[in-house]
Amino acid sequence: MDTALLIEKLVLVVLLFLVSLGIAAYSTYFERKLAAWIQDRVGPDRAGPFGILQPIADGVKMFMKEDFTPKNADRWLFILGPGIAMFTALITSSIVPWGTDLYLFGRTIVLQVADFNIGILFVFGTISIGVYGIMIGGWASNNKYSLYGAIRASSQMISYELAMGISAITIIMMSGSLGLTDIVKSQHGMNWNIFYQPVCFLVFFICALAETNRAPFDLPECESELIGGYHTEYSSMKLGLFLFAEYVSMFVSAAIISILFFGGYNFPGMDHFSGNTLALLSVLVFFAKIFFFIFVIMWIRWTIPRFRFDQLMHLGWKVLIPIAIINLMLTGIVIAFHEGWFLN
Amino acid sequence: MESLTNRKRVVSDKPMTFLEKLYLPAIWGGMFITLKHIFKKNHTIKYPEEQRVFAPVYRGMHVLKRDEEGRENCTACGLCAVACPAEAITMVAEERKKGEEHLYREEKYAASYEINMLRCIFCGLCEEACPKEAVFLTDRIVPTEFDRNDFIYDKSVLVEPINDRIDITKRQNTGKRGVI
Amino acid sequence: MTAELINWILGGLSIGSALMVVFSKHPIRSVLYLIVTFFLVSGLYIMMNAQFLAIVNIIVYAGAIMVLFLFVLMLLNLNKATEPKTPLLVMLSSVGAAGIFVLVLIAALKDSFIQKSGQVAGNLNAGMVENLGELLFKKYIVPFEISSILFIASMVGAVLLAKREKPIID
Repeated sequence: MDTALLIEKLVLVVLLFLVSLGIAAYSTYFERKLAAWIQDRVGPDRAGPFGILQPIADGVKMFMKEDFTPKNADRWLFILGPGIAMFTALITSSIVPWGTDLYLFGRTIVLQVADFNIGILFVFGTISIGVYGIMIGGWASNNKYSLYGAIRASSQMISYELAMGISAITIIMMSGSLGLTDIVKSQHGMNWNIFYQPVCFLVFFICALAETNRAPFDLPECESELIGGYHTEYSSMKLGLFLFAEYVSMFVSAAIISILFFGGYNFPGMDHFSGNTLALLSVLVFFAKIFFFIFVIMWIRWTIPRFRFDQLMHLGWKVLIPIAIINLMLTGIVIAFHEGWFLN
Repeated sequence: MESLTNRKRVVSDKPMTFLEKLYLPAIWGGMFITLKHIFKKNHTIKYPEEQRVFAPVYRGMHVLKRDEEGRENCTACGLCAVACPAEAITMVAEERKKGEEHLYREEKYAASYEINMLRCIFCGLCEEACPKEAVFLTDRIVPTEFDRNDFIYDKSVLVEPINDRIDITKRQNTGKRGVI
Repeated sequence: MTAELINWILGGLSIGSALMVVFSKHPIRSVLYLIVTFFLVSGLYIMMNAQFLAIVNIIVYAGAIMVLFLFVLMLLNLNKATEPKTPLLVMLSSVGAAGIFVLVLIAALKDSFIQKSGQVAGNLNAGMVENLGELLFKKYIVPFEISSILFIASMVGAVLLAKREKPIID
C-alpha cells in the first residue's frame, strides 16, 4: 500500500471527523438561535459574544453531569446504544465527495475518503444500522417510555426507508451508477437532478427528515407523550452522544440531499476555473448547499407540529410509497424512450 | 344573537379540495410566516442590564410609612389583617409609653408586624383598608430566598428607614396620602 | 497473506457469534448476535470482492429483517417467567430435525470445490453491480422473475391476512 495515500486519507478522515463534530456542535447553537428568532426572542447570548461559546459550555455541562445507569438496565447494551448511534452517524460521511480533485505536492488528492462503486447503498446500509443505536438504547433502559420510543423508531425507520430507497433508485436510473462520485459528475454545472425530479426530491426530503428523527417526525423522542422517548433514562455524555448523533446525521443527510438533487459540489460556471481554485470553490459551494439544507430542516422543525403516529404510518405507506413507485415507473418509461428501446 | 365584534367566523366541515389535501401550500404558508418572524424585532429585555419601567401603580413589596417627623404611622388597628384575603399579615399591638411620642404617631402602635410574602398575593387590599396611611405596596420586588422562614418579613424590613424615605406619591391617589 | 488472515478471523468470529445466537439465554441477545453474524458474513463477502452482495446483506438482513425481529421481541417482552416449558418430545424431535439438516448440508457440499481462501474465483469483478445485473437479467432471468412472483404472492397473502374481517375457519 502507498504510504502517501495512507497519510492523505488519514488526514482527510481526521479532518472530516473534526468538521462533522464542529458543524454538529454549532448546529445545536444555530438551532437554538433560529428557534429564538422565529419566536421573536434572542436565544443564547451569554457565553461569549452573541453566545458563540454556548456549544462548549453545553459540552462541559454534559461531561460534568452525573453518569447514571438505572438499576435494572442491561448495562453493556445501555452503553452500546449511544455508541452505535454516534458511530453510524459519523461513518456515512466517509463516502461523500466533498469537492473536485486537489493538486498538492505533485499529487492528485481526491476529496473523498472511499469511493465505493455502491456508494448510495452504503448510505442506506448505515442508515438502517443507525436505528439499532436507538432500539438497543431504548430497550436496555428497561423503561416503558424508552421502549415505546425504540419501537416507534424502528417502525418509522422501516416504513420510510422504502419510499426513500425507491426515490433514490430513480436518481440511480438517471445517472446510471450507484457511486456518489458518478452521480455528482452526471450533474455537471447546473444540470442538477432537482430540475428533472422535483417529486422525487420531495419524497426523498420528507423521508430524510423521518430517518433522522427530525420534527415533524420526531416521534421516538416525542416529549409530550414519551417524556424523552428512547433517551429518557440517559444522562451525561451518553445523552450527549444521542443528541449529537442526531445533529451529525442531519449534517450528513443535508450532504446526501445536495449530492443527489442539487449537484453536490457542482455550480454554474464551474468550467471557468480549474485546478486548486476550482477544488476550493467547489468545497465552498458544497458546504453552502449543506448549510442551506440544515437551515431548511431546522426551519421546518420550528414551523410544523409533530405528526400523530397513525398519520405518520399513513403518510409513509399510503402516500409516499405510491408516489415514489409511480415516479419511478414514469422515469423508467421516459429513459426507455430516450435510449430508443421502442424504436425497432 | 348578534355578535358584538366582527371577529366571528362560521365554522364549516366541507370536504377538502384536492389542493388542500396536498397540504403543501398550507405548509409553505406556515413556513413563510415563520420566515417573516426571523426578520422581526424581538421583544426580549436583557434583564440584569436592562430593566423594565414599573407602572406607578405596581404592587410589589410592602412598606410601613413614617410621617414627616419620622414617627411610625401604624396604629395596629388590624384592619389590614382583616382585609387580607390570603391571611398573610399578623401583628401584636402595644400601648405607647411616655417618652415614645417621637417614635409612634398614635397612642397605640404595632410591637410586631409580620407579612408572610409566600402567602401574600399582592392584591393591595391592605393598602385600601389602612385608615392611617401606614401600609403601602411599592414598586420594589420581593427577592428570592432559600429558606421559607426568610420570607416572613418583620418590621426591620418593612418599616421605611428615616434617612432613606420611599416615595409613594406617584401611586394611585385615594385622597388619603400625605406628601411623603 | 493479510487477506487470508482476515478471512480466517472473520470466519472464526462469524462461527463464534452464530453459536452465541443459539446459546444465548435471552432472545434479544440472540437477535443481536445474529446481527453481528450478518455483519461478519458481509465482511467475508467484501473479502471475496462482492461489495454489492455485502451491502445488500446489511441493508436487507441486518437493517430491515432483524429490525422487525427485534421489534416483535421487544413488543412481546419475553422473560424467564413467561417462557413456556418445552416438552421433552419437542426438544428431541427438533434435535433430530437439526441433525437431518446438517446431514443434507454435508451431502450437498462434500463434493463441491473448496476455494483456497483469499483467492477470488475467475473474474475479479464478478461481484460488481454491472456483472451481477448482467447475470440476473440475462442468464438467470427466469429464476429471478419466479422469485419476484413468490414475493408478490406472499405480500398478497399478508395483506389478505391483515385485511380479513371474518376468521377464515369458522
